[in-house]
Amino acid sequence: MSATRAAVPPRQWVGEAGDRPVDTGRRGSTLLRHLAVLLAVGLALVAVSYAVEPFRNFQLATVAAYLCATAGLTVLTGLNGQLSLGHGALMATGAYTVALCQNAFLDRGLTGGWLLPLSLVAAVLGTVAVGAVVGVAAARLRGPYLAGVTLAVAVVVPALAVTFDGVFNGEQGLSVPVEPPPMALGAYFPYERWQLWLSGAATLLALLLVANLIRSRYGRTFRAVRDDEVAARLAGIHVARTQVLAFVVSAATAGLGGGLLAMLAQSVSPGAFSLTLSLFLLMAVVIGGLGRLAGALWGAVLLVALPDLTHSVTELFTLSPAVAQRLEGNLPLAIFGVTLIVVMIAAPGGVQGLLSRLGRALLARWPARRS
Amino acid sequence: MHRTARRGLAIASTIALLVTAAGCGGDDGPTSGGGSVPGVTDTEIVVGTHMPLTGPASAGYSKIAPATKAYFDYVNANGGVHGRKITYKVMDDGYNPANTQQVVRQLVLQDKVFAVLNGLGTPTHTGVLDFLKTNRVPDLFVASGSRSWDQPDKYPGTFGFNPDYTIEGKILANYAKANLAGKKVCFLGQDDDFGRDSLAGVEKVLGAGAVAVKQTYVTSNTNVAPQIGAFKAAGCQVVMLATVPGFTALSVGTAARLGFKPQWLVSNVGADHPTLAKQLGAAAPLLEGMVGTNYLPMQNDTANPWIQLFTKINKTHNGDAPFDGNTVYGMSVGYLFVQVLLAAGKDVTREKVLDAVQKGGFQGPGLVPLRFSAKDHSGYGGQRLSRVSGGVQTYFGPAYETDEADGPVNEYTAAPVAPPANGVPTVS
Repeated sequence: MSATRAAVPPRQWVGEAGDRPVDTGRRGSTLLRHLAVLLAVGLALVAVSYAVEPFRNFQLATVAAYLCATAGLTVLTGLNGQLSLGHGALMATGAYTVALCQNAFLDRGLTGGWLLPLSLVAAVLGTVAVGAVVGVAAARLRGPYLAGVTLAVAVVVPALAVTFDGVFNGEQGLSVPVEPPPMALGAYFPYERWQLWLSGAATLLALLLVANLIRSRYGRTFRAVRDDEVAARLAGIHVARTQVLAFVVSAATAGLGGGLLAMLAQSVSPGAFSLTLSLFLLMAVVIGGLGRLAGALWGAVLLVALPDLTHSVTELFTLSPAVAQRLEGNLPLAIFGVTLIVVMIAAPGGVQGLLSRLGRALLARWPARRS
Repeated sequence: MHRTARRGLAIASTIALLVTAAGCGGDDGPTSGGGSVPGVTDTEIVVGTHMPLTGPASAGYSKIAPATKAYFDYVNANGGVHGRKITYKVMDDGYNPANTQQVVRQLVLQDKVFAVLNGLGTPTHTGVLDFLKTNRVPDLFVASGSRSWDQPDKYPGTFGFNPDYTIEGKILANYAKANLAGKKVCFLGQDDDFGRDSLAGVEKVLGAGAVAVKQTYVTSNTNVAPQIGAFKAAGCQVVMLATVPGFTALSVGTAARLGFKPQWLVSNVGADHPTLAKQLGAAAPLLEGMVGTNYLPMQNDTANPWIQLFTKINKTHNGDAPFDGNTVYGMSVGYLFVQVLLAAGKDVTREKVLDAVQKGGFQGPGLVPLRFSAKDHSGYGGQRLSRVSGGVQTYFGPAYETDEADGPVNEYTAAPVAPPANGVPTVS
C-alpha cells in the first residue's frame, strides 16, 4: 500500500499514552488543562533560571529553541507519517529572516525590545511560506521520493546563503543585533537568563498551540491520514490538504526554532544549518519517541547534551592529540547513530515510550493508590 | 471537576511562592565572590581557545594549540608565571562559526576562563566579538589577520597577532610590482573578511583595476576547478592566494591538473611548506617556486636560536610532533602571552592584562615589531618574503613593514633579538 508506512511506527505501540484517540477517563476542557500545565512549566522555568548557572541557562534556552523544531517534526512525522530530512533548512529560513529583520531595524535606527517579537513573527511567516511550497510538493510524494525532495531542500537552502553572498554574507554569515535585557530587571540581570525567558516563552506558546492542535479535529485527521489514506478519504478527509497543513504547521515551528537560535547565538551562518542538523533533528525525535510531544522534549535535550557529553568523555581519556582531534568532531555523530540503532531495536517507542511503559508498570504494582 | 487543572494550579502557586522567595535574593554585581578574578587562583590561571581541530581548515592549524600548550607546559615545569601554572583549554569548533558560538560560551560561562587566547579564524571569531565584549573577557592575539580585531573603541579587549591581511596584500603586491611587472595578476580569496581585506591591500598597491580576474572560494566546497579554470582561460601569469592551507594545496593541485602553471603568491596563513607538502603528498614538487610570506623564524632554519628552543620544547612537551610553521606560530603565541602575564604583575586582573598589552614593547621571535598601543590593537606590523626552491622554503630579501592605509611599503632592518637562556621571558 502506501509507502508512507515506512515512516510510521509499528502498530503495537501506537495508540498508547501519547496517542490517545479518546481518553474516556477525562472530561473537561483540553484548553484549560493545557493552560494549567503551561503555567506550571512556565513558572518552573523561571524558578530554574534563577537556580542555575548562566551557561546552563544558555543551554536550556537552546533546548527550548530545538524543542520548537522537534515538536513540529513530531507532528509531521509521528502524527502525519511524512518524513522530512529538510527541517534544518526550514530552521535556517527562520534564522536568516530574524537576522535580516533585526539588521534592517538597526539600519533604520529603530531600537527597542518590541522589535524581536516582530522579527520572530516574520520568521514564522516566512517559513510558513516556504513550508507551504515544499508541503504542496511533499503531499504528492511518498516514502523515498519525499525523503529525496526534503533532502534536496536541506542541501539547497544553506547553499543559497553562499551563492547570494551579497545579502547573506556567505559562510561568515550575519550578526544578529539583540537588545540587552530591559533595565527594569536591574543593571546586572544576567543576559543568559533573559535569553532563557524569551526562548522559553516563545517555545511554550508554540507548544500550547501544537498540543491543542494535536488534540483537536485536525490532530485526528493527521493520524487518520497516517494510518490509512484510503480509509481517511472514504471518511471524507481531504488527504492532500491535510498533509500540506501538517507540513505548514511543522515548518512554522521550525522557523520559530531557527529564529530563536539566531537570537541566542547573535549570529547566523550556513554552517549552523547543515544537512547534519536536519538528520540530527529526525534522529532526535525518533530517539525521543515518535508521535509524542514529550518525546520531542527528550530529543531536544539530547541534541544539546550530546556534544557536551562527548567533549567530557574525550577529556576523561588521555588520548594522543591526533586521536583526540579525530574523535572531537566525529564522536557525537557516531554516538547518535549507535543510540538510534539501539533505541530502534530495544525500545521502538523511544525514550518517552520506555518511560511511559515504566510508569504504567509501576502504577500496576500499586493499584491501591488509584482511587 | 478538572482534577489535573486543580493539581496544576496547586503546583503553579507553589512554584510562584518559591520564585518570589528566590527573586528576593537579587543579583550579584559583575564580580561575584568578592572581587575574585575569573580563572585565576594562587596556583593556576585558566585560559581557553577555539581551534579548528577538525573540518576544512584543520590541515596545519590543528597543530597550533598543542604547540602553545607545549610552551605553557614548559613554562609550568620551570615554575610557571608568578607562581601560577597556565592551564590551556582547547575547544574544537571545526571552523564552523555556529560551533564557535557554543564552545566560546562554554569556555567563558562554564569553565570561567580568565581570557580567550589566539581564537582561530576570521569567520569564526567575528561571531564571538560581541559576546566576549559584553562579558568583559580579554580576547588576546586572535589567530587571523582580519582588521576587525583592531577596533580599540568598539572592542577594547580584543587584540590581533598576525599581520593584518591588508598589510600582507600590500607587501605581496609590492613584490609583484617590482619583480613581475607587466604580468597578468589574478586573485583567489576566501569569501569573507580574510579574502576581502587581502584584496583591498593588493589593490592599494597595484591600483583598483589592476587585478584581471578575482575569484572567491568557500570552505564548504572543496572544488576550486571553476575558479582555477577561469584564471587559466584569462591567461593569468601571477595568482595571489588568500587561502587557508587546505585550499592553497587544492588550488596548486587543481592548476597542475589543468596544465596551468602561474607564479603563486600566497598569504602567510596558507604558505607553510611542510603543511602544504603533507597535503599534496607525492605532488609536493608542484610547490617549487611558490612565493609566500612569514614574520616568524622559518621552521627549517636550525641555526636560529628561537627554532632551537622551540625544537627542544617540541621534543620534551609536545611528543616530538612534526615540526612546522604552525609549531613555531603556536609557541610564539605562548611566549607572548607569558610576557604579558609577567608584565601584568602578581595580582593579575583582566584590566591589568589589557593595560600590559597596550603598553607594548614586547620583543620576541618576530622579525618585525608588534604594534600594540592604546590606539592600535593590531599585531605584527610587517612581513618578509619566502620562496620554495629545491623543496626548501627560505626567506629572501629584507623584511618589510607598512600600514593598512595608503602608506608606503618600507624595509625594516632592525636585528631580531635572541631568546632568554632558559627559554622563559623575564619581566622587562
